[in-house]
Amino acid sequence: MDFGLTEEQELFRKTVRDFAEAEIAPRAAELDEKGEFPYDIVSKMAELGLLGLPIPEEYGGCGADMVTYCIGIEEISRVSASLGITMAAHTSLGCMPIYLFGNEEQKRKWLVPLARGEMLGSFGLTEPEAGSDARATKTTAVLDGDEWVINGTKVFITNSGTRISGVVTITAVTGENEKGKEISNIIIPHGTPGLEIAPPYRKMGWRYSDTRELSFVDCRVPKENLLGERGGGLRAFLRVLDCGRIGVAALSVGLAQACLEESVKYAKERVQFGEPIGKKQGVSFKCADMYMEVELARLATYKAAWVADQGRRYTREASIAKLFASETAMRAASAAVQIHGGYGYIEDYPVCRYFRDAKILEIGEGTSEIQRLVLTRHLGL
Amino acid sequence: MNIVVCVKQVPDTSDPDTEVHIDSTGRGVDQSKFSFVINEADNYGVEEAILLKEKHGGEVVIVSIGPEAANQVIRMALAKGGDRAIRLEDEAFAFSDVYATAKILQSAIKDIEFDVVMTGCMASDDGYAATGQTLAQLLGVPHAAYVKSVEVIDEKTLKVGRELEGGLLEMSEIKMPCVLTIQTGINEPRYASFKGIREASKKEIKIMDLAATGLSSDEVGENGSLSVLKGYSMPEVGELAEILEGDASETSTKLATILKEKGLV
Ligand SMILES: Cc1cc2nc3c(=O)[nH]c(=O)nc-3n(C[C@H](O)[C@H](O)[C@H](O)COP(=O)(O)OP(=O)(O)OC[C@H]3O[C@@H](n4cnc5c(N)ncnc54)[C@H](O)[C@@H]3O)c2cc1C
Repeated sequence: MDFGLTEEQELFRKTVRDFAEAEIAPRAAELDEKGEFPYDIVSKMAELGLLGLPIPEEYGGCGADMVTYCIGIEEISRVSASLGITMAAHTSLGCMPIYLFGNEEQKRKWLVPLARGEMLGSFGLTEPEAGSDARATKTTAVLDGDEWVINGTKVFITNSGTRISGVVTITAVTGENEKGKEISNIIIPHGTPGLEIAPPYRKMGWRYSDTRELSFVDCRVPKENLLGERGGGLRAFLRVLDCGRIGVAALSVGLAQACLEESVKYAKERVQFGEPIGKKQGVSFKCADMYMEVELARLATYKAAWVADQGRRYTREASIAKLFASETAMRAASAAVQIHGGYGYIEDYPVCRYFRDAKILEIGEGTSEIQRLVLTRHLGL
Repeated sequence: MNIVVCVKQVPDTSDPDTEVHIDSTGRGVDQSKFSFVINEADNYGVEEAILLKEKHGGEVVIVSIGPEAANQVIRMALAKGGDRAIRLEDEAFAFSDVYATAKILQSAIKDIEFDVVMTGCMASDDGYAATGQTLAQLLGVPHAAYVKSVEVIDEKTLKVGRELEGGLLEMSEIKMPCVLTIQTGINEPRYASFKGIREASKKEIKIMDLAATGLSSDEVGENGSLSVLKGYSMPEVGELAEILEGDASETSTKLATILKEKGLV
């Protein structure tokens, strides 16, 4: 057993950290306030290979292992949760479905530009009436000659409305089978007539990531855009979500780490009752707990990534990592604001933003309740 | 165009946790809590060398004196585009001054067919700002210091801009082979891509100890130095601090006036 990172992983962490601190951190507060998608930063991230890390080189990616992918998300999210989710959603939800289930032609056509970071990808699962209960999908795709005709609405779709958004993979009902609804995945290129993109949501956090509602009104795509087997949509998105959950876990670790660092810094600086507040156990113990939990969240995340790298199913590990890391991030953000007192409630201090960025981690890619549901199933309950 | 870049691993002074404490010998600084980075000016040297290689071809060789931990700095330079590296390490190298350091570097560089050797103009830890010049002397080639621009005129000639006081740029021509000490800001250092990092792990870092340099123990370290480090002392805490009084706009005006008067902005 070896908990150490490879030299390659250490170097990569250093590069991404340097990049994030120099290119993103100085602009994070302003980007957050304006809610503007930073195309220039995203294009630099593409140059570093950050938009196709776990995709093999033959398909435009880096061929990195999942642990490295986690390190990348973690370091970006340490300064910017918005860019962390942009990267994670693009890779886990945009690239992965096509990598895992696409045929050679689909991979050449879509995966290569996605993994190179020439376009952003997204995954449309959630609907107004199908959130946690993703099987309740109402969006339909009907085969008409050589084309699928799609009608329905998807909500909260990350990366789906930027100038460089190129493709969204959706789940849609393509018919009935013995089990009931037949759900399939279909690839929809941006610019297809009938794909309507709403203005961005006004979000609590992740404010410079792109999240939109998409409507499909008699939207027609070629028959060949079916991704994977017809009727294989449910099984496919469960596997996609495993990868997505590792991504959100890594994002959570990065954000929690940032909360820890800001808290320790402030606890050393802020003087009350004649000494730095960090000398009070009421404050220092909060930092100690944060320190411990961040480390455990990181371990759980890397463990899940490691199982994935062994080529085994990692549903259980991804769920544990996502649940623990996201709740760790929320606790850390809450403690960080508490340690900052009134200043933590003011946007001049980054912990204020971290707090707003943390909440969604317990909701997206399966709420905490849904993660617990997954775990109860593993317990046979 | 073959370029050798000398790089040094130094404590990260931008890290707010980097507190300097003199160690028990009095001749060293406790480094146990430091994080290390490439010396800032050297980083610009690496970038300049890679830019020249991308334009004119050739090979970039990274040379560093340092412990195994310095491999990280070296690998990063390889990940950005360096081709191979040499790391010099031997206990006998400890307490080398500029002269002894330059001798060690020269021993590794003399067998390379180089057109240009680049060093940073100054190291952020010891601040000697003389390694490149001494190295040029030992190699028997011309040098230019504080270089802020490099242009290839022909196979034998470079046009270099040297940064003088107040940002004034002095343009001069220099024959190759030569040594350039690079000033920060000459370019915009890149970040290594993941693919670069992956390739770097396959590139060679040749290790040279004292025996491999062909130098004797009298030529390096304290014995081989012209100046000897005797010790460090912390600055006395002065009482000259001036506390500015008033509200934010008053104090900021006062501060601006003082900074201007002292020529600091
Ligand atoms: C910023 C943002 C980005 C997103 N990006 C994407 C994206 O790119 N693609 C995508 O498809 N979706 C995306 N989503 C959607 C997200 O995954 C869903 O919001 C999430 O899965 C929850 O669904 P819901 O909002 O409909 O909540 P609901 O499912 O309505 O849940 C409401 C509450 O009920 C609880 N609950 C539901 N069922 C159970 C149960 N069986 N047992 C116990 N409690 C239960 C939930 O845990 C929750 O607390 C995004 C959301 C946001 C806010």
